[in-house]
Amino acid sequence: MLRSATPILLTALGETYGESAGVLNLGAEGVMLIAAFTAFVAGASTNSLVVGVLAGVGTGMALGVAIAFLVVTLRSDQIVIGVGLDIAALGLTSLGLRVIYGTGQLPMLPAREIIDVAPLSSIPIVGALFNQPAMVYLAILLVPVFYYVLYRTQFGLKLRTLGENPMVADTAGVNVFFMRYIVLLIVGAMAGLAGTYLSLYQVSFFRDNMTQGRGFIAIAVTMFAHWNPVNVFLASLLYGGAESLAGGVQALGFLRTIPTEVVLMLPYIFTIVGLVALARRARLPPALAKPYRREL
Amino acid sequence: MMPDEPKYAVRTVGITKRFPGVVANRSIDFDVLPGEIHGLLGENGAGKTTLSSILSGYYRPDEGEIYVRDKLVRINSPKDALKLGIGMVYQHFSLVPRFKVVENVLLGLDVAGQQKRDLKTLAKQISQRASELGFSIDPWAEVSELSVGEQQRVEVLKVLFRGASIIILDEPTSVLAPVEVEGLFRTINSLATQGRSIIFITHKLVEALELCDRMTVLRSGIKVGTLSRTGLTSTREVVQMMFGGEIEPTTRRGTTRVGDEVLRAEDIAVKNDLGQEVLKDVSLTLHKGEILGLAGVEGNGQKELAEALAAIRPLEAGRILIGGKVSGPNPEDQYDLGVAYITDDRVGEGLVGDLSVAENFVLKSFRRPPHRKGLIVDWREVEKETDQLIREYGIVARGPKGVARTLSGGNLQKLLVARELSGKPIVLIANQPTHGLDARTTEYIHQKLVEQASEGTAVVLISNDLDEVFSLSDTIAVIYGGQIIGLLPREQTSKEQVAHLMVGLREDSGGTQTATKTSGDVELAQPKT
Repeated sequence: MLRSATPILLTALGETYGESAGVLNLGAEGVMLIAAFTAFVAGASTNSLVVGVLAGVGTGMALGVAIAFLVVTLRSDQIVIGVGLDIAALGLTSLGLRVIYGTGQLPMLPAREIIDVAPLSSIPIVGALFNQPAMVYLAILLVPVFYYVLYRTQFGLKLRTLGENPMVADTAGVNVFFMRYIVLLIVGAMAGLAGTYLSLYQVSFFRDNMTQGRGFIAIAVTMFAHWNPVNVFLASLLYGGAESLAGGVQALGFLRTIPTEVVLMLPYIFTIVGLVALARRARLPPALAKPYRREL
Repeated sequence: MMPDEPKYAVRTVGITKRFPGVVANRSIDFDVLPGEIHGLLGENGAGKTTLSSILSGYYRPDEGEIYVRDKLVRINSPKDALKLGIGMVYQHFSLVPRFKVVENVLLGLDVAGQQKRDLKTLAKQISQRASELGFSIDPWAEVSELSVGEQQRVEVLKVLFRGASIIILDEPTSVLAPVEVEGLFRTINSLATQGRSIIFITHKLVEALELCDRMTVLRSGIKVGTLSRTGLTSTREVVQMMFGGEIEPTTRRGTTRVGDEVLRAEDIAVKNDLGQEVLKDVSLTLHKGEILGLAGVEGNGQKELAEALAAIRPLEAGRILIGGKVSGPNPEDQYDLGVAYITDDRVGEGLVGDLSVAENFVLKSFRRPPHRKGLIVDWREVEKETDQLIREYGIVARGPKGVARTLSGGNLQKLLVARELSGKPIVLIANQPTHGLDARTTEYIHQKLVEQASEGTAVVLISNDLDEVFSLSDTIAVIYGGQIIGLLPREQTSKEQVAHLMVGLREDSGGTQTATKTSGDVELAQPKT
C-alpha cells in the first residue's frame, strides 16, 4: 500500500505547492515519465542507483524550469503547455527506449536496498510498514516538512498568497516571477523523484507509458485534499490501497470471479468518484492557471 | 543628538510615465513635507494613481527623479519602496480575503526588513496598534468576514507594520459610509501627528478641504498647481484647476409630466444570494418619462430590487408588469419587453473586459435585427453603430475593435450606458450609474438620463448619492430594510427628511424621531406640507 502510494504522494506534494502558488502543472504525468526514463538509463548505464536518482530528479527540475519559462515568463497557457508535455513525453520516452536499447533485452539495474527498521518490522501485519525502500520513508518524512513550510513559514505564506492574489504578493515586495520559478523547481523535482521511484524502486525497468496516469491521479489527489499536505498523504494512501488491492486480489485468488480488469480500474474509479464529490465544494485557488502581469 | 529633520519627506522631479497611447504623467514635480497631509486631486484619469504607483514601486517611471528624505533614490520594485518606508493603501484592497488579519499583516514583513515575530506576538501588537489609532480589530478574524471599513483599517495597519513613514491612500473614502469616513479621518490625523506623511488621493474636493494641509491638482497627467489650505480663498479656484472650466450641474425640469403607467411592481419579494428574504411587499409604479430616485443606505435591498426589475433575480412573490405585460422570467424576456439595466458592477456584470468594444455593444442585441442577419451577427453593421456611439458619447477607445479592458472606468461606464440606451428602452434601471466617476463624466451621464426621460423612458435611478437623487428625480422613494418606507414627490420633500428616512428615522408630528419599524405594518412617511 505504501509502495503504491509513494509515487502519487511525491508528485501530489509538489503539485500542492504549485497549485497553492497559482500554477497548474498538468504536465506532471509527462515529467514523471521522462524522469523515470532518464533515471533508468542513467542508473543502468552507470550501474548506480544514486546516479539514477540524481538524473531523475535533475530531469524533473530542468523540466520545471522549462515549464516556468513558458508559463511564467512567456505567460503561455498552463493547460496547453501541460497537456503538450504529457503527449510529448509519451512519444519521446518510447522512441528513446528503442533508440538506446533497440527491441532486445533491457539491461539490469542494481538491486534497490530495503531499509528494515529492525525491531518494528518483526511485528506481525504492521511490520510490513517498516520494511520499505528508502524512498518510501523519504516521501513520508516530506509530508510534515511540506505541511510546516506551507502553513508556518513566511515562504509558505507568500506561496499561498500567489495563488490567492499575486498582486497582493507583488505589492508586499514579493518577487512573483522568481517565487513561481522556485515553486516550479520544487514541482519538477517532486514529479522527477516520483518518476525515478517508478523505474528504479517499484520495478527495475522502464516500460512505455509506465506512469499509467499517476500524474493525473496526483493532480486529482491534490485537489480533493484541498491543498493540504497531510490530506494529500491520506488521499495517496487511498490510491495506494486501491492499487495494492488490485494486486492482492489477483494474488489471493479467492475473488477470481471478479474480472481482473474491474479490479484494476479501482484507482481510476476512485479518482472520478472523488472528483465528483469534491466538485460540489471545491474552492480552487483564485489565481490558479492565470499568468501574472502588472495591470496597466 | 537628534538627526536633522529632512526638508521633504518625498519629492519628485520631472516624473514622466507613458502607457501605450497615453502619457499618464508628464514631467511632474511634487513634494510632501514630513508630517503633512497632502491631497492629490484630479478627475478620473488625471494621473493620480499612476504617480502614487510610481512612488510605491508598482510602476517604474520613464523619466524623472525621486528623492526620499532629501536623498536621491531608485525605486524599481515595491520592495525598494517598502524599504524606504513608502506604503500604499490601494483603492481595491490588496488583502487576501481567505487569510486571517494577522496573516495578511505578516505577509511581506521580512521583505520590508522588519524583525521576525510569530503570529501570536504579531496578533497582540496588531490589537495594541489598533487601539492606539482608536479602533479595534480582531487579528484572528478572516478578512472576508470584515466590513469594507474594517478591511481598510487592516490595510492601514499592514502598511504601518511594514514601517511606512510615507503613506499613500488611493481614494480611501470611495468605499466607505459617511460614519466610517469620520473614523478614517481621525486615523489619518493621528498618523500625521506622529510625524508620518500622508498622500491622500481623492476627487472629492470637500474631503481634501477638510483634511489636507496642502493639495496638488493634476489634470490629464500634468500638474496644474499646489495650493495650501490656509491660502485658499475659494473652492471655485480648485474646481477650475481640476476641470479646466466650470461645470453646470444638471437639474431636472420642475414639472412632472405624468404619462401612461409603464412599470408596475406588485407586492414583490426577493431573496439575496444567501437565501434571506431581503425585499418584501415592495410595490412601485412608474410612468412614461418619470424618473424615480431610489434613495437608501447601501445594502438595504437596492441591488436586489434592481435585479428583480431586470429579471436577473427570481421573484419569491408578487409580479412585475412592463407596459401591462407580465415580465420575466429571464433577463432576455425583460430585454425584449424594453427594460434596460445599468448594473452597478460595470466590469463584473455589465461588460466583458476581454471582448472588444463592438462585441460588448452587441452582447444584448445580437439576436435581433439589424444586428443579426440570418443566423449570424452582422459585424459590419455592429461596428458601424459602435463607431457612431463612440463618437456620440466621446468614448476614448481605439475604435470598435479595441479591447474593452484597456478603457478607463469612465469610458467603460459610457460604453455600458450607450449600450443600454441604444435599444430605446421603455424602462431603464440605473443602479449607481455614476459611482466612482469624476464630475465631468457624472455630469454627462446625468444629462443622458434626463434626455432619455424626456424622450419618454421611465427611469429607476438607484443611488447612494442624495444630491444625485435630488437633482434628477421627479419622485423619491426611500428604501430601508427591504421596504419602501417613503414615496415623496421631489418638490414636497427635503434632503433632511429623506436622509432621516434612509437611516430608519421618521419625524413624527412632535418633532421627535422614532425608529421606523421594519416588520409588520409600516407607516408611510407623509410629505411635509
